[in-house]
Amino acid sequence: MLGLRRPLVRSAGVRFGMIYAGVFALGTLALAVFLWWSTAGLLDRQTDAAINADTQGLSERYGEGGLPALVETIEQRLAGNVDDDALYLLTDPAAHRVVGNLSGWPVNVPRDAAWYDVQVERAGRRNLARLHRYELPGGFHLLVGRDVEVHAQMARLLTDALLWSAGIALLLGTAGALAVRSLFRMTLADVSATAAAISAGDLTRRVRVSGRGDEFDRLAETINDMLDRIGRLMDGVRQVSNAIAHDLRTPIARARARLEDASVHAASEADLRAAIERAEADLDGVIAIFQALLRIAEIEAGARRSAFATLDIAPLLLDLADLYGAAAEEHGQHLQPAIPPHLPAYGDREMIQQAVANLLDNALKFSPEGSTIRIEAGADANVGTFITVADEGPGIPDADRERATQRFFRGETARSTPGSGLGLSLVQAVATLHGGALRLADNRPGLRATLMLRSSPAVQVNATSFADQPAAAADAA
Amino acid sequence: MRILVVEDDKDVAGFVLKGLREAGHVVEHADNGRDGLFMAASENFDAIVLDRMLPGGIDGLRLLETLRGQNNNTPVLFLSAMAQVDDRVRGLKAGGDDYLTKPFAFAELLARVEALARRGKGEGPITKLAVGELEMDLLSRGVKRAGQRIDLQPREFRLLEFLMRHAGQVVTRTMLLEGVWDYHFDPQTNVIDVHVSRLRQKVDKPFATPMIHTVRNAGYMLRPEQP
Repeated sequence: MLGLRRPLVRSAGVRFGMIYAGVFALGTLALAVFLWWSTAGLLDRQTDAAINADTQGLSERYGEGGLPALVETIEQRLAGNVDDDALYLLTDPAAHRVVGNLSGWPVNVPRDAAWYDVQVERAGRRNLARLHRYELPGGFHLLVGRDVEVHAQMARLLTDALLWSAGIALLLGTAGALAVRSLFRMTLADVSATAAAISAGDLTRRVRVSGRGDEFDRLAETINDMLDRIGRLMDGVRQVSNAIAHDLRTPIARARARLEDASVHAASEADLRAAIERAEADLDGVIAIFQALLRIAEIEAGARRSAFATLDIAPLLLDLADLYGAAAEEHGQHLQPAIPPHLPAYGDREMIQQAVANLLDNALKFSPEGSTIRIEAGADANVGTFITVADEGPGIPDADRERATQRFFRGETARSTPGSGLGLSLVQAVATLHGGALRLADNRPGLRATLMLRSSPAVQVNATSFADQPAAAADAA
Repeated sequence: MRILVVEDDKDVAGFVLKGLREAGHVVEHADNGRDGLFMAASENFDAIVLDRMLPGGIDGLRLLETLRGQNNNTPVLFLSAMAQVDDRVRGLKAGGDDYLTKPFAFAELLARVEALARRGKGEGPITKLAVGELEMDLLSRGVKRAGQRIDLQPREFRLLEFLMRHAGQVVTRTMLLEGVWDYHFDPQTNVIDVHVSRLRQKVDKPFATPMIHTVRNAGYMLRPEQP
């Protein structure tokens, strides 16, 4: 049994179809039972009540006037019975008819029961009758009943109708089950075909959305969102691998060239040492790039989200402003903080520190002498907590702004300055992990970088909710 | 100082041992966790340099936990290629005193080991620091050099305090970032140099001899005026 059922039940489509058919059959059955009870059953109950009422009347007359009164009443009733459905029979102890419209004591009516459903001979036809038998004193027997042939015919009709409808229900149930199953298969087939194609390496495939906006559409949209994310991650990985291959080659090649050159051409120990030291510095740069990459990967993996806490970032920002303020002055720049006394945020202290430090590093690096760098922070009902670092440097052209947060991206103006092109990627990763966003805008002149964070864990909606909005909105903030 | 190095990589171990010996320390070496634990538990060291991933069934974390379980409080510096924030946190939680990730500059390692070994000497809570003619009162937060009052900003005070607590030792920029600012990342900008140079303006400039010295390729050192 189990062995037979297993393969069938393993298909969810068949299972759902069977459930559908079962529920459908149960509904039909309930309807039939109710129909039967409220028609045929009602008529039967009415017949019994009529017989009881009839008997009640006869018994009263018998009590008043004895046997003759009973006979008279029966004759009266028979005469007044227009429908010709009342049945009476009174017999004497010898089983001879005294009065009544039955020719004789019906066969199949034993003398020891009270209610009978029997066939009686009437006017040459055998009709179904319901009879009640009473014993009278002196060995007389009385049968009171009704001819229920019409009821019986109706019941047969009803049974036929119900049987037919059961058949039709079975048919419709099966058809419905098959439809459910094929619908299921069709919908899932697309999902599974897409998944199979993705596994096979075709990352461009997406699940078809019917546009009806039903549950399957929502499932399809969720899956497509997931695939988009996977696609972006894959692109990121590809990009990073390429970038590592290209961008790390340069310093490694430089270090190698220096060492080789020194080993061949160095005239003195001092030369040799100098070359080695410069190569060391090159390798330190490579190490720093690797560390930044690992750090970004660590942040993007979200492993540190467990360390999130609600914290006041105002002192944190003032500390950073203090740390960088001195350096800015050294460069002939002016760092101007505008930070409220308290500013709640929800996140990881170290990450926020590092993100803001990266923004300040960039601002200091790209700002000309005599310019002002502003670090502002505040809370906004719509965006939560925001931290803005605005400089008066060359800024980032509109065309590059989208790509500025990609790993290893370096703008034209940044080519001549030292750096790895990972700073903004890290800020972006921190922002995304915090359910916020990094928005880059034109400071006319310069760059206005705004890091947005949630101010409390409660407003956590969707990690990408901010990031999807256009970057231009940062001007308003 | 007596230092134990538990490190299985031959090249790294050789490099570290040689450097520490050149710096005048007595160094012992174990190349697996079992030997390392045995030596650490049975002998007296001023500091232990400990790799996290070790052969021999006992890794760095287990070794340290066992050691701390025996109430051995020798300062331990983790030296590990496991560079994630969580790895560092785990290492420090297990009882490590400092965490340095590979690859590293030897100057950084030396400065940190010496700082640890010095700290291990178990000085009680102190209220005054003095290096040469420089004096610092930690309670009144006053600083004097040769009897002359020096006004410092709170951050400058903490920077000088850190330097004075490590007087005579090399202090790297990373150590200053961690110890004074509690930052665990390396800024691109030379922020530390700027702050040290500001401190010099106040501590060294008005006087004949400098006390804060730059150590090439390593960091800074505060030491008494040369006679």
